[in-house]
Amino acid sequence: MVRLVNGIFNRLVIAIPFGWLLIFFLVPFIIVMRISLSTTAIAMPPYTPVFDIAGGWEGIKDFLSQLSFDNFLYLTQDSLYLKAYISSVTIAFFSTLLTLLVGYPIAYAMAQAPRTIRPTLLMLVILPFWTSFLIRVYAWIAILKPEGFLNQILLYLGLIHEPLIILNTNVAVYIGIVYSYLPFMVLPLYSALEKLDGTLIEAAEDLGCTRFQAFWKVTFPLSLPGVVAGFLLVFIPATGEFVIPDLLGGSETLMIGKTLWAEFFSNRDWPVSSAVAIVLLLVLVIPIALFQNAQAKAQGE
Amino acid sequence: MKSLGSIRRSFAPWTDPSAKPYISFRNVTKKFGTFVAVDDLSLDIYHREFFALLGASGCGKSTLLRMLAGFEQPTSGEIILDGVNMAGTPPYRRPVNMMFQSYALFPHMTVEKNIAFGLKQDGMPKNEIAERVAQMLKLVKLEKFATRKPHQLSGGQRQRVALARSLAKRPKVLLLDEPLGALDKKLREETQFELMDLQQDLGLTFVIVTHDQEEAMTMADRIAVMSAGKVNQVATPAEIYEAPNSRFVADFIGDVNIFDGLVTSSENGMLDIAVGEGFTIRTPIGNMDVRGASRGFVIRPEKIRVSREAPANAGINSARGEMWDMAYLGDMTVYFVKLPNGQTVRASSLNAQRSVENPLGYDEDVWISFDGDAGVLLKD
Repeated sequence: MVRLVNGIFNRLVIAIPFGWLLIFFLVPFIIVMRISLSTTAIAMPPYTPVFDIAGGWEGIKDFLSQLSFDNFLYLTQDSLYLKAYISSVTIAFFSTLLTLLVGYPIAYAMAQAPRTIRPTLLMLVILPFWTSFLIRVYAWIAILKPEGFLNQILLYLGLIHEPLIILNTNVAVYIGIVYSYLPFMVLPLYSALEKLDGTLIEAAEDLGCTRFQAFWKVTFPLSLPGVVAGFLLVFIPATGEFVIPDLLGGSETLMIGKTLWAEFFSNRDWPVSSAVAIVLLLVLVIPIALFQNAQAKAQGE
Repeated sequence: MKSLGSIRRSFAPWTDPSAKPYISFRNVTKKFGTFVAVDDLSLDIYHREFFALLGASGCGKSTLLRMLAGFEQPTSGEIILDGVNMAGTPPYRRPVNMMFQSYALFPHMTVEKNIAFGLKQDGMPKNEIAERVAQMLKLVKLEKFATRKPHQLSGGQRQRVALARSLAKRPKVLLLDEPLGALDKKLREETQFELMDLQQDLGLTFVIVTHDQEEAMTMADRIAVMSAGKVNQVATPAEIYEAPNSRFVADFIGDVNIFDGLVTSSENGMLDIAVGEGFTIRTPIGNMDVRGASRGFVIRPEKIRVSREAPANAGINSARGEMWDMAYLGDMTVYFVKLPNGQTVRASSLNAQRSVENPLGYDEDVWISFDGDAGVLLKD
């Protein structure tokens, strides 16, 4: 009896997270997938076919026969989408690289700081989250616009003679992404660097490394899991980012998040925008899955 | 020829006034903030010596080793290694290598790569590196584990990789920071003898830091007993054990009985110390004529005999007491005898026979006795 109860309990423990994933990830994915296979229509909802359980077996067959991959074909025909995907991945990649360059020294300094002040530093990294993301991005408009703080300071210092045009360019998008996603880079890097045994550096120095060589041969390779985690945590959301390119970017800033928004709200074309979303998911998930698979293999050896 | 201890040493450069020390600490002081870790310490270590720094944690022994490795700079004083002042020389330019207490193996590298690390850093040609690594692997008997990562090895194997890595560069001096601390007792004893053989074969100078006196006694040619940043005594294991120069050293190394009393007379080269009623110690005077002063007499448990019958000349180097406690340890038996003045004396005797006729029992009246020259007179 006890064994039976235990068995049920064990299954329940596994079932709860699975159920969570099922309800909040798989079901929405299936709904989006199903819309992406539909045709746009001026109706409520704005696509056909609409599934009607009353139709019985014939109704289901009829429903399935009306689904098609036309929307995905359409994405390949209009070069806008391909350009948007490539531009998104490029912007996300380089801004993630920049975030890494900015975040690594911060995380390193935090990990080297005296143990007593580390929680404070950690707090400072997380502090911006207390303010709304949207407000923080708006704040950058005030800083970057031609008559904004940055230009006023530079003009006052005499470093420039006319305002720099930063707002509504890709540069502003890079600044926005690096700023907004920095904590996501710093935290995993910090946790990897903090665990590092300081005597390893001493051992490297003892065996003939300068401080700098010891960093590249020991510290950096051992922080790679943190680098990978931080990279993915920044790269994935940055690729689909909508708010930053919309508010800080200009008309020439092409990102898939903006395209998707336009399809949904300007064109009211739910099926095509769903197809855009599905392709975005595949673009991100497949390389990451392959990468993690390779990493798991490397660790198993 | 009489000498302290039961081992004759042919290697003893410290007794030769013309021998030049290989490593010299000269008035070295190290402060961390207001804490003085090493206090105006001077110490000479000779070429090919196996030297042990022994002390409780916080006595400054590790700091001393880290200064020799270059991880810490002395606040004042200088360190000379093979005739060169080491001041300002960074760790990566010192001809010493260290084996760390935690082993500090690089977790992302295989055993081979760990051992090759220092050689590669020196820009040694590839084929020579491979040769040296193979040689080191053979030395520590890990040929089969060359391509394993540290986490796939046992504690003892990791210890040997760390040793191989620190020896690969053929340093002038090998520094060992509690190298056997993480091993279990049996493995530790085996490794101690392996290390000694290795040091002999390679002809290197070893400086080891340990808090385990048995380890230091087993391996070292000489031991420096340290406390509070100072060296209390530097001597061979036998000298440290048989002739401790202070109450601290006597107490720190091994088990000991210290009898305190007033010096009552000194005649014919003999000194009398009155310890209690009916208990006087008569010991060779040495070079201390100190009538009227209070002095301590140090004697080890195995040098005290316990018997039922009163020894000849009872009361001189012998005392009456009560058997308080006993412990049979297999190789020997330890007796605790309570003297009338309340002091408990520890005595031990080797169990050379399997069975004993009429052995001593609890609460029996017994006599303890010893030879006057079996102990050492303290200066205080």
